[in-house]
Amino acid sequence: MRIRPTGLVALLAVSALTLTACSSADDDAAEPDVADSSEVAEFPEGSTMATLAEAGEITVGTKFDQPLFGLVGPDGVPQGFDVEIAKIIAGALGIDEDGITWTETVSANRETFITSGQVDIVAATYTINDARKEIVAFAGPYYLAGQSILTLADNTDIEGPDDLAGKKVCTVSGSTPEANLLANYPDAEVVPFGTYSECLEPLRNGQVDAVSTDNVILAGFAADNDDLEVRGEPFTEEPYGIGVAKDDVAFRDWINDTLEASFEDGSWTAAWESTAGSVLPTPEPPAVDRY
Amino acid sequence: MDVIVDNFPAYLAGFSMTLRLTVVSGVIALIWGLVLAALRVSPITPLRAFSTVYVELLRNTPLTLVFFFLVFVAPQFGLLAPLGFWTAVIALSAYTSAFVCEAVRSGINSVGLGQAEAARAIGLTFGQTLSMVILPQAVRTVIPPLINVFIALAKNTSVASGFATVELMAAGRRLGTQNPAEIIPVLIGVACFYLLITIPAGISAGVIERKVAFAR
Repeated sequence: MRIRPTGLVALLAVSALTLTACSSADDDAAEPDVADSSEVAEFPEGSTMATLAEAGEITVGTKFDQPLFGLVGPDGVPQGFDVEIAKIIAGALGIDEDGITWTETVSANRETFITSGQVDIVAATYTINDARKEIVAFAGPYYLAGQSILTLADNTDIEGPDDLAGKKVCTVSGSTPEANLLANYPDAEVVPFGTYSECLEPLRNGQVDAVSTDNVILAGFAADNDDLEVRGEPFTEEPYGIGVAKDDVAFRDWINDTLEASFEDGSWTAAWESTAGSVLPTPEPPAVDRY
Repeated sequence: MDVIVDNFPAYLAGFSMTLRLTVVSGVIALIWGLVLAALRVSPITPLRAFSTVYVELLRNTPLTLVFFFLVFVAPQFGLLAPLGFWTAVIALSAYTSAFVCEAVRSGINSVGLGQAEAARAIGLTFGQTLSMVILPQAVRTVIPPLINVFIALAKNTSVASGFATVELMAAGRRLGTQNPAEIIPVLIGVACFYLLITIPAGISAGVIERKVAFAR
């Protein structure tokens, strides 16, 4: 390949511009907030925190179809509690919202995206469990959800998971709630769809009797639809954590510190109230599990 | 690769569902596709128009949309198909029959016009001409493209995994959730089971073609 002189000049010009843009962005970040700049300096050299803070960029994996936690509207920017938590973490690195790249992580690809480095962190209603801990590491939890049941408002047959025997229960193919139903409630007939919102039409038609997944997701549906109601108490514990690379202990510890600080200073509560808090009561912050 | 061996029953359950979907939808699609092809060359204009519209509509719509229509839109018009196997069979055979029709029609076009004229000359009706003279020759000619259609059908059954059917793909997703560390071996296992259907289908195409070959 030959590079024409004009092309080379253009290339150099672009690189120079990019470099200038970088340095000016750094100045912007440092000047208005003195606390931030001193914090940036604190990160140990070579750590993930230092690398991300220097780059001024972070790639966050989240869900794009999860009301209240991570939902992308027509403007293309995800909104929800997971998104706010990721912003808190990015903010502590001195990265503002423009520096965050949102990547869609569906349930099946979260581990792969972390191990391959396609995302720096995952905040995507990501349940901490032992099988996943073998591949990735978790900071948090920052919220405790639990699997629950949604039915039509006039259906009072089902009050808890034990009433699901012989009933058709809609959930998502390949999800944790599906695995839990299959393992612990084998008498229930599992009807798997692609997404939870696709369960609502069959529920209204009577083709399925119930929808089961984490209570926070169901609460979102119940809040939007008067004909639906969440039944009974949650019957599992789903601690939502931040997924990071498995061997990056320093980064995990630092995120845990950041989460604890956000519990203390009220930013966690503010994040909840501006998102999921619109339909759910504000819970107590959970205890971070430094395993 | 232990994950494939350890979960063999789960794979087999999914595989049997995929196989049943392929066979049942394939048979229905073959019959309905032949009917559509016959309608498309019939002398009766409304029948020809019906077949043309049907084929163009189904052939040019993504299969996921066909499923979506059947599961979420049709119920609003009072058409409630039982979720799962039969919904999948209806969607898959409705979709595949459009491709069968086009393959068979190309075979019909390849049969010399003289054959039809001779059949008419000895007094055969349109139905007799088609079923006794044209279609037997046409179908033999299109064995390879027909097998292609059925290989595509076998792979298309995976779309049913998003619509309340636990076939091979959905079984693989379940195993992936239980073994997040081994998602790649799990998916390789899924691919191998699809090959168990599609490779023999390809080989049988060659065998059948040689058996039914005729000089033209």
